Amino acid sequence: MSRMLEALSTWEWSLDGWIVLAGVLCGVAAALPGCFLVLRRMSLMGDAISHAVLPGLAAAFFLTGSRASLPMFIGAAVVGVLTAVFVEWVSRFGKVDEGASMGVVFTTLFALGLVMIVQAADSVDLDPGCVLYGAIELTPLDTVSIAGLDIPRVVPILGAVTLINIVFIVLFYKELKISSFDPALATSLGINARLMNYLLMGMVAVTVVASFESVGNILVVAMLVVPGAAAHMLTDRLWVMLLLAGIIGAASAILGHISAIAIPPLFGYQSTNTAGMMALCAGAILALAVLFGPRYGLVSRAINKWRLSMSIASDDLLALLARGEENGYASLPTARLQSQLRLRAFSMRSVVRRLIALKSIIPLGTDLQLTEKGRGSAKNLLRSHRLWESYLSDQMGVRPDHVHASAERLEHVTDQQMREELAQSAPDGTDPHGHRVPEESEGE
Amino acid sequence: MSESKAPAATSGQAATSANVSPLGSEHLPDAALSIHDMTVAYHRKPVLWDVDIDVPAGKLCGIIGPNGAGKSTLIKAVMNLVPRVSGKVLIFGKPYEQNRHRVGYVPQRESVDWDFPVSALDVVCMGCYGRIGWLKPVSQKYRKLAMEALERVGLADLAKRQISQLSGGQQQRTFLARALVQNADLYLMDEPFAAVDAATERAIVEVLRELRANGKTVLVVHHDLQTVQEYFDHVIMINMRIVAHGATEQVFTPENLQKTYGGKLTLLAEAAHALAAGKRK
Repeated sequence: MSRMLEALSTWEWSLDGWIVLAGVLCGVAAALPGCFLVLRRMSLMGDAISHAVLPGLAAAFFLTGSRASLPMFIGAAVVGVLTAVFVEWVSRFGKVDEGASMGVVFTTLFALGLVMIVQAADSVDLDPGCVLYGAIELTPLDTVSIAGLDIPRVVPILGAVTLINIVFIVLFYKELKISSFDPALATSLGINARLMNYLLMGMVAVTVVASFESVGNILVVAMLVVPGAAAHMLTDRLWVMLLLAGIIGAASAILGHISAIAIPPLFGYQSTNTAGMMALCAGAILALAVLFGPRYGLVSRAINKWRLSMSIASDDLLALLARGEENGYASLPTARLQSQLRLRAFSMRSVVRRLIALKSIIPLGTDLQLTEKGRGSAKNLLRSHRLWESYLSDQMGVRPDHVHASAERLEHVTDQQMREELAQSAPDGTDPHGHRVPEESEGE
Repeated sequence: MSESKAPAATSGQAATSANVSPLGSEHLPDAALSIHDMTVAYHRKPVLWDVDIDVPAGKLCGIIGPNGAGKSTLIKAVMNLVPRVSGKVLIFGKPYEQNRHRVGYVPQRESVDWDFPVSALDVVCMGCYGRIGWLKPVSQKYRKLAMEALERVGLADLAKRQISQLSGGQQQRTFLARALVQNADLYLMDEPFAAVDAATERAIVEVLRELRANGKTVLVVHHDLQTVQEYFDHVIMINMRIVAHGATEQVFTPENLQKTYGGKLTLLAEAAHALAAGKRK
């Protein structure tokens, strides 16, 4: 722990602050278009474009002879859109699915880019390694002077791209939404879904290029896809998803840099690669979202399942007590109830606690007894059960000795309105086993 | 906002100049939809040949035919969603591009990803996007329209629900509400009855009849031959070509059904295959 703090004490805002800012901008810029890639099930397109822009960069360099940003962006955007077009063509004319088509297109374009870069390498510093892995730690060293301030060169670039992406998504929110959800409808309404697709791909390409120097083109894929995927686990609203993805992208960058500095010293190493750590943090956030997402998370689903089984067990316990009363037992021993319900001790305790809290039962020594309220609920359950039994045997032609198990399930989902409908088909007031159907009780 | 003035099909006092369809005298001058000699192909393989039909305004029209007969293709071709090899399509006398605001589309349910993070209300609002125009957000006014459409199909309670948490029938009704909110004059519906329960089917039929009562024209790709006579007053029977079309009581006959479903189309299918392969016999 002290080693971590010691490592973090070397934090210098003029260095680490810029690194984090570059990472945050990169995360936000990529997460936004990334959401649409995830929703269109085109996550691999980010990967494809991040490789395929290479010949665009090389071509821009050949044409202008410089590494100036603007030509690079234009080259990348053009090739990004072309990638989308080529992928469409190859899958349509080559009779292969989109995945295979992406594989063909991006490897070919990447190869072309590599060849071009190697040709250029004699004369210029266009380092393939730097393009692949990025060097975010070096960003504070390469500064430009803006309004008297020395600012790392990548920060204004990434800032501009982030701003462009935000403005683009805010302006075209509706169009992006409909083109992603239902392109045919969009087209029939006069919104060109294909154009929106190309614009999105252009946006991805520009983002990828802007992120090259900081996180490199392999890790930008993580920033494109992972925050969107995590956000999708957390919400059912598109705008919330975009917002969350942006936050997750930014959080991954911040946590990434901090852990890159603080975690390796725990194991006796120097700090590690920040860009890699950012992607790892994004992955960790995704894992958390998968586990603890409020509706789709594994944990909340398990909890819901547990709650449902508890509520069913509670119903069953009340019904057992009510049947006991019918047979002249005012209370029943807890142990016997537990064995009849086939519950483990822990579950039984939870059920009893729950019902006592609901004032449906009261403990009586080692026995349990229904309260007035519990008796009402139990009577309605018995009523549901017996109405279903008679409905199943009279109306559905199920054999009377086969109806119990089905009724046992159906009783838990039967409300008063359904009981009234069922009651109309069982006018004589008894179930197929000759038991009386209790009257409806107030207040469940 | 669209001028939803349904052409008066029965008034009979249209100006003389309007009494001839631009497609020629063999077409109805005031049809909701006129298709003239249309052929549609996927990858050069023709799937619909020489379609020549008029659908009079104010009709509930069923499109029936076996799988692969080109039913969905027919309505997609009308909306330029699949390219036409040849032929012309007029909607209320004008090309589709000029009259697209008068067309409402209900695609097949499987055509979209129901895990998409939108609510039923969001989906219905999409029907207004064409009218709202580029760059503008969905205003309260359109939300209200969408809510009314959801009420009409009995889904107002579920407006805020994410669409994967709707049942199949509810999803289909959401699509229907989206088409209603378009306030179109011609509706093209691709299998709205596919895999819905009886209650939903009744609800949808009721809405379709309401539309007809309001002078709208509705084309429905339909699979259940049992209900054709009950639901539709006009029917188009296709199997790669138009086998028959017209008033249901006249064309929905055993002979036409035999021609549509009887499988005597091998020559046409074979020729299409040869065309796709790009070789001559």
